[in-house]
Amino acid sequence: MNVLVSPLKQAGAFFALFLDVMRALPKRPFQTKEFIQQCWFIASVTIVPTALVSIPFGAVIALQLGTLTRQLGAQSFTGAASVLAVVREASPIVTALLVAGAGGSAICADLGSRKIREEIDAMEVLGISPIQRLVVPRVLACMLVAVLLNGLVSVVGVAGGYFFNVVIQGGTPGAYLASFTALAQLADLWTSEIKALLFGLVAAVVASYKGLTAGGGPKGVGDAVNQSVVITFMLLFVINFVVSAIYFQVVPQKV
Amino acid sequence: MGVAIDVQGLTKSFGSQLIWNDVTLTLPAGEISVMLGPSGTGKSVFLKTLVGLLKPDKGSIVINGADLVTLKEHDLYEVRKLFGVLFQDGALFGSMNLFDNVAFPLREHTKKTESEIRKISLEKMELVGLQGAEDKLPGEISGGMRKRAGLARALVLDPEILLIDEPDSGLDPVRTSYINQLFIDLNAQIDATFLIVTHDINTARTVPDNIGLLYHKHLAMFGPREMLLSSEEPVVRQFLNAQTVGPIGMSEEKDADELAAEAASGQQLPPLPPIAPQLGTSNGEPRRGERPAGEWCRANGVIPPPGSFQGPHTSVQVPERTLDQRPELDVGASLDHGAAS
Repeated sequence: MNVLVSPLKQAGAFFALFLDVMRALPKRPFQTKEFIQQCWFIASVTIVPTALVSIPFGAVIALQLGTLTRQLGAQSFTGAASVLAVVREASPIVTALLVAGAGGSAICADLGSRKIREEIDAMEVLGISPIQRLVVPRVLACMLVAVLLNGLVSVVGVAGGYFFNVVIQGGTPGAYLASFTALAQLADLWTSEIKALLFGLVAAVVASYKGLTAGGGPKGVGDAVNQSVVITFMLLFVINFVVSAIYFQVVPQKV
Repeated sequence: MGVAIDVQGLTKSFGSQLIWNDVTLTLPAGEISVMLGPSGTGKSVFLKTLVGLLKPDKGSIVINGADLVTLKEHDLYEVRKLFGVLFQDGALFGSMNLFDNVAFPLREHTKKTESEIRKISLEKMELVGLQGAEDKLPGEISGGMRKRAGLARALVLDPEILLIDEPDSGLDPVRTSYINQLFIDLNAQIDATFLIVTHDINTARTVPDNIGLLYHKHLAMFGPREMLLSSEEPVVRQFLNAQTVGPIGMSEEKDADELAAEAASGQQLPPLPPIAPQLGTSNGEPRRGERPAGEWCRANGVIPPPGSFQGPHTSVQVPERTLDQRPELDVGASLDHGAAS
């Protein structure tokens, strides 16, 4: 019985928080200062690792595709395929990893330690909603940073792919660049950014939920961070799949 | 003038674990009440339930005609403005310095100008003896200072109800006496309703107008100070006199065998010690909630233990007091006296 009920309760509480956040979104006064601080904070913990992860990611894709296209005799499409792979899948995945692993864990640790120091309770007692005051700015900041990170990963990934294909594998620069728009279209970029937006939202809400329900002293915060990262990873990969599936149904592909 | 809190049939459990059952009491307006109980009996849970941070399973908490339990989130935030709460570790916001912490409620809830905010905040900080520490961060100061800063923040909106969670945990006896004196003086000044959660016997014996005792998942007794201090009820008596003989054991309540063995061995509780006089205000002015010593005993025909209410109406700040007039020493001395007679 408990095995069934307790995950359901958790999921219910999570969605309740999600709805609370949505309801608190339009409420005034908007916490501009907190929002800017959080944007800066999340960006500062994610930018460098993101850039460092996306270079080898782009390189791996370039290497795989370079070999594959040569085997198939379609070298002229190397650029097209690598742009498609980076923008459509690689950059949302890298963004998801970093937003959940670096951004989400930082949010969860911050809120969790406030929770066990009773700061959150104190805030509620002082008549201030911690959701409006703390969670909403974090969620918005995480969404904004995720979208921007996604752009960063795309650029760095494509540049990394170009470098490895042209310089290392001796591909033709002109053919690589010219085929960029052969398969890719603007809708790919939009989808990629929508994915990133959703990732930011989910990562921040899960992290906030886990942080706000942390209990049992410092160990509780550690457990909460751990769980928040694991749960976020699972959810983000599911969302990634679902959005991709919808995309292929809705957007006509270039032939 | 503070407001009364009317608690009816309050029950709280976490999952299948019952914390306390059917707690009914009224915290009288403007008076100081203390909630006592052995460790782990849910005193802090009770306090958090009173502010609406935790939802009880059953029962009602009525303040100014509004039931906190059924109130909507938005209205709850309004009612909470009546409260000042001092959490165990002060619960200061770690990212702000002490001044900003104290000024925080004013900035959030009032339209006061910055200079007014500054004046009020500094006044409250001086009240708790924190002048000069405005720029310190909570991480840089001692536990006692954090507690006092938390108190200043709780006071800054002139609360009608002040809830205090273990003011004496982590404080030395001298600081505890000072903070107790501060509560008495504050109560005289702002007439708020006070509820102090503690297990410090000295605080419980000398500070409050009313005492409550949570024990074995229910409220064992709640009433005027003299009623509990003169009570022959075994649990109340054991706890208020810090004895090992009685129904409260080391882990939970003692089991029946142990109690029977205790009774058979002829162990008896020592006679009740005299009731110490209540702590007075430092300027000697009586508080509004204060009642004359021995009034309850006379009204109810209870003969207080010999030697009760002796010693002057002392306070910590009276300069000419001598050692044996200190209320806390009175208790100790009379305990010895009681045991010997």
